[in-house]
Amino acid sequence: MNMAAKNKQPVVITCAGPLNGVASGLLTWVDQRFPLMSNWRDHLAEYYAPKNFNFWYFFGSLAMFVLVLQIVTGIFLTMHYKPDASQAFASVEYIMRDVWGGWFIRYMHSTGASAFFICVYLHMLRGLMYGSYRKPRELIWIFGMLIYLCLMAEAFFGYLLPWGQMSYWGAQVIVNLFASVPFIGEDLSILIRGDYVVSDATLNRFFAFHVIAVPLVLIGLVAAHILALHEVGSNNPDGVEIKDKKDAAGHPLDGIPFHPYYTVKDTLGVVVFLIIFSIIMFFVPEGGGYFLEYNNFIPADPLKTPPHIAPVWYFTPFYSILRAAPPMFNSQFPGVVAMGAATLIFFLLPWLDRSPVNSIRYKGPLFRGALTIFVVVFLILGYLGTEPTNVWGQFGGWLGNADRATVVARVCAIVYFLFFLLMPWYSSIDKCKPVPERVTC
Amino acid sequence: MSDQDVDKCKRGFLVAATGVVGGVVAGAAAVPFVGSMLPSERAKAAGAPVEADISKLAPGEMKIIEWRGKPVWIVNRTKEMLAGITKNNSKVSDPKSDVPLQPDYAKNEFRSIKPEIAVLEGVCSHLGCSPQFKSADAKSDMGMDWDGGFFCPCHGSKFDFAGRVFAGSPAPVNLKVPPYKFVGDGKIIIGDDSKGA
Amino acid sequence: MLNPSIFRVFRAATLAVALISVAHANEGMRLQTASVNAHDLVSLQNGAKLFVNYCLNCHGASYMRYNRLSDLGLNEQQIRDNLIFTGVKVGELMKVAMDGKDAKEWFGVPPPDLTVITRSRSSGAGSGTDWVYTYLKSFYRDDQRPTGWNNLLFENVGMPHVLWQLNGQQQLAVQEFKSEHDAHAALIAAKSAARLDAEVSMNGGKEERRYKLRTLQPGAGTLAPIEYDKQVTDLVNYMGYMAEPMRLERRQVGTYVLLLLGVLFVFAYALKKAFWKDVH
Repeated sequence: MNMAAKNKQPVVITCAGPLNGVASGLLTWVDQRFPLMSNWRDHLAEYYAPKNFNFWYFFGSLAMFVLVLQIVTGIFLTMHYKPDASQAFASVEYIMRDVWGGWFIRYMHSTGASAFFICVYLHMLRGLMYGSYRKPRELIWIFGMLIYLCLMAEAFFGYLLPWGQMSYWGAQVIVNLFASVPFIGEDLSILIRGDYVVSDATLNRFFAFHVIAVPLVLIGLVAAHILALHEVGSNNPDGVEIKDKKDAAGHPLDGIPFHPYYTVKDTLGVVVFLIIFSIIMFFVPEGGGYFLEYNNFIPADPLKTPPHIAPVWYFTPFYSILRAAPPMFNSQFPGVVAMGAATLIFFLLPWLDRSPVNSIRYKGPLFRGALTIFVVVFLILGYLGTEPTNVWGQFGGWLGNADRATVVARVCAIVYFLFFLLMPWYSSIDKCKPVPERVTC
Repeated sequence: MSDQDVDKCKRGFLVAATGVVGGVVAGAAAVPFVGSMLPSERAKAAGAPVEADISKLAPGEMKIIEWRGKPVWIVNRTKEMLAGITKNNSKVSDPKSDVPLQPDYAKNEFRSIKPEIAVLEGVCSHLGCSPQFKSADAKSDMGMDWDGGFFCPCHGSKFDFAGRVFAGSPAPVNLKVPPYKFVGDGKIIIGDDSKGA
Repeated sequence: MLNPSIFRVFRAATLAVALISVAHANEGMRLQTASVNAHDLVSLQNGAKLFVNYCLNCHGASYMRYNRLSDLGLNEQQIRDNLIFTGVKVGELMKVAMDGKDAKEWFGVPPPDLTVITRSRSSGAGSGTDWVYTYLKSFYRDDQRPTGWNNLLFENVGMPHVLWQLNGQQQLAVQEFKSEHDAHAALIAAKSAARLDAEVSMNGGKEERRYKLRTLQPGAGTLAPIEYDKQVTDLVNYMGYMAEPMRLERRQVGTYVLLLLGVLFVFAYALKKAFWKDVH
C-alpha cells in the first residue's frame, strides 16, 4: 500500500477547471510536505471496495455523518447551556425560546442522539449478517465495539445535562448500579458522583465527559476503525474476498474505487437519511415520548421519585436483562453482571463463529434461525425495558403470581446469551451452501 | 460525441448541479447556527431602554444610571456650566462634534436635546475607564483655567461638561451620547429615542 | 384488497386493549379531548388572559417572556396594559407573583412552574393539553381536604379550584358494580368526567373484585357548562402554545426543508445513477 512513499518522486498535480494553474500549484506545494495525495489515493480514489454493497452498507457512513452533526450542534448548544443544577433546566428552555434558531439546534441534537443509535444498531446488524467481524477483520469489530461502549457512555452523560426528572433519576439508578459492586461499590459510586447523591458536582463532571472527554476518544476510535478497515479491505454481502481475484493492474475484479462510486452513493444515502431525519426533527421531535421523554419536562426533584423510571430506548434491551436477573444475597449485582456480560459478549463474536462461511446468504438454517431469533429477542427485551414490569399482568398462582413480562424477559435473556454461547457448536455443524467465486449483484 | 463523452458531460453537469443544490442546503443549515450567536432575547431584554427620574435633580447635580452595563451620566447643567462650555470651544479637539458619536439631535453646541440636561456615556474614549466629575471649583487640582468637566484618573484625559475631549488628552474623541428622549413628568428614557409610545 | 378477517382481528385487538385499560384504570382515568386550534389567535389571547389572571398568582411560567406574546397578534403596549400585573418590563420572564417561602408554607410544596406543563403531561392516554383540560374540569367539593377541593384526575391535589366561580361546585357521585361489564357500560354512559377503578379484596380466601365508578354532578357556576368548557379550552390552548411557542414555526420550516431536500434528492439520485451506469 505504501510503496509509493518509499520512492518519492515529485508528483505534479493537475486539476480540471479555470483555476487549474493556481490550484494545482498549491496542491503540489502541500503534497510535497504532507501525505495529501497518497492518502487521497489510499483511502478514496484507489481504495477498492466491493461493488455489491447493498442497503445495509449505508449505516457506517451515516453514523459518521451523525457524529459530525452531534459535534456541531453540541458546540453551539454549549454556547448557551449552563452546567449548573440551578440553571441547567432553565438554560435548555432558554435555548429553545430566547436563542435565535436555538430550537433547531436543540431538536437536531436530540433527534441526532436517537438517530446515532439507530444507525449504529443497523450497522452492527449488518456485521452480524455478513460476518464482517470474522478474520481478518476482528480488530475492526473490536474498535467498533469500543465505539459502541463509548457511545453508550456519551449518551448516558449527555442525558443528565437537561436536568429533568428522567435525567436525574436515570443517572441516580445507573450510578447506584456501580454501588452494587461488592466491596468497592459504595466508594466507587461516590467517586463517580463527586457527592453522596447525584448533584451539581455530578452534573458538572458529566458535562466535561460529554462535551470533550468522550468525543475525543470517539473520534480517535472512529479513525482507528476506518484505518483498520482500509488495511484489510471491506467485506461484502456475499462474504467473498474480492482481493482473491485481481486484474492485470492489480485491482480486485469485483472492486470499484470508493471515489467516485461510493462517495456518490453515500451522498445519496445522506440525502435520504436527512429527509427521514427532518420529518422526525421538524414534525415529531418528541418521537412519541421516546426521543424526548415527557417526564423530562419536569425539573429534577431529588425528593420526588417518578412512578416509572426507564432508561432511554437505546439502553432498554440491556436494562431488561438487568431487571430480569433475580437479586442474590440482597444485591442487584447479578443483574449488573448480566447486563455487562450482555454488552461485552459481542467482543467475542469473531471467535465464537466457527462457520466456514462469512455471510448469512450461505450459512445454513441453524445460523439463520439463531440470528433471526436473536433479533426478535433483542426487540422484545427492548420493548419490555420501556415499560414497568407489570405491563403484561401476572400469571396465576401456578407460577407464583409472577409478572408475565419478567418471565418473558428472563426467557429472552437466556436465549440472548445462548445465541452467543452455543454459536461455536451450531455454526460448525450447520449445513452451509457453496460460496460463489465472484460476488453476486 | 461518443457515448463516453456524453456520459462525462452528464456526470460533470450532475456533479455541478448536485454541488450547487447541496451548497444551498448547507448554507440554509448554517443559518440557525450562525444566527444563534446573535444577541438572545435575554441579552436584548437586559439591554432594554432604562427610565430615569430627573424631576428631583438639582441644578449642578449629576445622576448615574446603568444602561447596557455602562454608566450613563445625567447632569443638570447651570448657566455657569453652560457658559464654561462655550469658553472651551478653542480648547477642545472636536468642538463641533464632527465625529459621529452622538445622535443628530445632540449634534449641537451643548450636545444635548435640552441645553440644561446633559446625557453622556461615562466611558472614557481612551481605554474605557469611568472619569470623575470635576466642578469648576476644583481649580486647585485641575488648573486655574478649569471651567468644570470630567477628569479620567487612569491616563489623565479631560472632558468638558458637554463631554468634549480637551486637546492634549490621551483620549482621541468626545464622550458618546446615547439615544434618549424625554417623557412627561421629569423622566428620561435612555436607549430609546423613537417617537410615540 | 383487504381481507375482512383483518378487520375482525383489529376489532378484537381494540376491544382487548380497552378491557385491559379498564383493568388498569386505577393508574389513570380516560382523558377528555380538548378541541384546541393552535391557529386561533382569539382563543390564544383569551387563554393568555385567563392564564395571567387565574394562574400566574401562584404558579410561575418562568421560561416564558411577556414580549413573546406578540406571537398571538398583540403589540407590546397591549401586553403591558392587559397582561402584566407585576409592573415588570415587557421583556421580562413571567415569574410567579407569590413568594417561594410563602408557597411552601401555604401549600406544602411550591406550585410547579407551568411553562412546559403540557409537554410533561403527555402520555399514551392523551396529549398534555387533554390532561390539563380534564384536570380543570374534574374538581369537586371535598371537605376532607384542607382546601375543600379534590380532583378526580389528580387525587388529593394541593391546589384549590381557582375557576370555581365559573365552574360551580361539582359534587362527587360514587357507584359500585360487581360486574365489569355493567361498570364499563356505566363509564361509557357517564356524561361528566368519570373514573373507574377496580378494587380487589380477599374475602375469606377468595378474591373479590368490585368496580367503583366515580362521576361528578355539575354545580351552578356563572358560566353554563358549554361556556366553561370553551374557556378551559382557550386556557389549555394557550398553555399548549406556551409549552412550545415555536411549534407552528418548526412545522413551517420543516416543510421548506423537506421541499429543498426533495430537490437535492432528485439531483443526488441522478448523479448516482449516472456514475453507477458502468458498474455491473
